[in-house]
Amino acid sequence: MPSTLIEKYIRESHLPHIWCAGCGNGTIMRDVIQAIDNLGLDKKDVVIVSGIGCSARAAGYMNFNSIHTTHGRAIAFATGIKMAKPHMKVIVLTGDGDAAAIGGNHLIHAARRNIDLTVVVFNNSIYGMTGGQFSPTTPTGEFATTAPYGSIDPNFDIPELARAAGATYTARGTTYHVPQTIKLIENAIAHDGFSIVECVTTCPTYYGRKNKKGDAVKMLEYQRDNSVSVAKAKTMTAEELKGKIVFGELYVDNEKPEYTKEYEKIIEIAGGRSDE
Amino acid sequence: MAERKRALLQGNEAVVEGAIAAGMRFFAGYPITPSTEIAEGCAKRLPEVGGRFIQMEDELASMAAVIGASVTGTKSMTATSGPGFSLKQENIGYAALAEIPCVIVDVQRQGPSTGLPTSPSQGDYMQARWGTHGDHPVIAVSPSSVQETYEETIRCFNLAERYRVPVILLMDEIVGHMREGIEMMSPEEITVLDRLVKEDPEQAAMPYDIVPGEYVPRITPFGEGIYYNITGLLHDNWGFPSTSPVKNNRQTTRIMNKIIKNAEQIEKYETDGVDDCDTLIVSFGGTARSAEAAITIARENDYKVGLFRPVTVWPFPEKALSEICDHVKNIIVAELNFGQMTLEVERIAKGRCEVTHIGKVNGTILKPNEIYRLIREVSR
Ligand SMILES: Cc1ncc(C[n+]2csc(CCOP(=O)(O)OP(=O)(O)O)c2C)c(N)n1
Ligand code: SF4
Repeated sequence: MPSTLIEKYIRESHLPHIWCAGCGNGTIMRDVIQAIDNLGLDKKDVVIVSGIGCSARAAGYMNFNSIHTTHGRAIAFATGIKMAKPHMKVIVLTGDGDAAAIGGNHLIHAARRNIDLTVVVFNNSIYGMTGGQFSPTTPTGEFATTAPYGSIDPNFDIPELARAAGATYTARGTTYHVPQTIKLIENAIAHDGFSIVECVTTCPTYYGRKNKKGDAVKMLEYQRDNSVSVAKAKTMTAEELKGKIVFGELYVDNEKPEYTKEYEKIIEIAGGRSDE
Repeated sequence: MAERKRALLQGNEAVVEGAIAAGMRFFAGYPITPSTEIAEGCAKRLPEVGGRFIQMEDELASMAAVIGASVTGTKSMTATSGPGFSLKQENIGYAALAEIPCVIVDVQRQGPSTGLPTSPSQGDYMQARWGTHGDHPVIAVSPSSVQETYEETIRCFNLAERYRVPVILLMDEIVGHMREGIEMMSPEEITVLDRLVKEDPEQAAMPYDIVPGEYVPRITPFGEGIYYNITGLLHDNWGFPSTSPVKNNRQTTRIMNKIIKNAEQIEKYETDGVDDCDTLIVSFGGTARSAEAAITIARENDYKVGLFRPVTVWPFPEKALSEICDHVKNIIVAELNFGQMTLEVERIAKGRCEVTHIGKVNGTILKPNEIYRLIREVSR
């Protein structure tokens, strides 16, 4: 029931939000809140950390321990929070530029450590906040204010990047597939280790307009018509998968040790007493 | 009085001991000469006291992690040298604006860029004040001996908590790598200040609403059931971004004023023979040791020379120096750079006495006889 979610988790006095009509950011924010509620987490122990960008503004609307940090550094701030208080559930909300361009180094190193953070990437394939420049996830050949002749930059597959770096839970959702995406975020938060859910979202204002993708409804229809589940993708050839959004759980490893738990062992070896 | 522990320590090691004594329980860093012993010491010592150490992927991340840990109420520190200090700047500004206590150690080395990694310098004096963009408050402290390093590290943590600012412990390679015998205070002797919070939960949910008569917000750490927002955008009393000129002016002015209005509590300096001197040496950090030796030689030769040694180097102990400027003829500022503190001294002297700079930028220290030579020259 959305209305009780709002009462429980949204800072209504800080609405209306800054997002454009048709922006997918609100959908993802709601997905995150629903996932937290489904898990029955104690709000006291949940920290919402965000970087800088349109997407990062979500943190301010969410009535938790919320911290809106600097561009690209959310995962590094989150690492400090998690190290200081390992019992806390630390959730990072970040854009594709925030996570994979300026913050790319922090992303891969947090994944390598397998520190128990959940990173939700709002992937709109563009820099929204600064007005439509290309990002590391803008598909090659598409347009942006800084790619007026079409982008020549190859793009990242963020979950694949994180997996290669050592993440132990990777998934992809979309703003069209709401119930599925909520479940993915829920699983990511419950996972003990570094988890990342890329949420494919719509920026009709810049990405949509620059690339003639139509309005928000058209962009959602595009997601619907071009997404394939992980199971279905397994039956398809690379050629068939070109341009498709593969959604669902991409990679799960429950064996790799979690970083802060390993540090507890260091404290024990050193003869210290942990307050956790 | 409980027994004091004696130890032969390097300045960098004294930082670690002082920090732990002050309650530091989190350190994030990235190795860089001549500060690395601080990270190494924290890696060893922190888990022994139930604290946590992490080697981050770079200095940007280290500074971010330190602020992250601090918002949970954990006293946190990072340490670096020039190149890393430059990388930390954006997030130091974040800590200044969002008012998150933390301690940043910069063990200065010579030159811009990679410079001379193992050689001493005091070239980051201005960067410590103005390194990050925009008007912002900062406190910087520069010790001259290993004993003072230990004690000042404790004071840095207390200043960070009391004024909710990033505090720069501005070391130099001389003191960082110098070994001296020190006395470590017993826990009962050490004053440790903890974060002030508001008792009333409704008040606490408005973290930047200032208690009347105070300049510093009382902010409950994350995890205690008080829900509020922290941001590096200019914000209102709830910590929520605001573009109101009235609120923005109030906030930016208050964060500057909390240091300006409390300057006398923050300032610390040492003087020697300033009442009847003709020439005053102003020097700080490791270079002050050469200045002291030069003064000894000068006095043996009947020159009337005094010393003014700021320990808190930002805010500069302005009033104290200004009073001395009324009666001295000459001021020599001895510092390992092209004349950075000299600018501050000239500003305060306002032409009342001659201000001369002596420095060096080749990776070696200023020698006592070099300073003595200048004392003779200006006294002519
Ligand atoms: C150090 C720094 N560089 C640049 C900026 C300007 N900036 C703000 S948001 C942003 C990009 C945001 O894009 P993304 O992370 O994809 O988020 P979105 O706005 O699309 O949600 C940039 C470049 C900044 N705030 N800080
Ligand atoms: S610019 Fe794009 S990403 Fe930003 S709020 Fe508007 S639609 Fe959303």
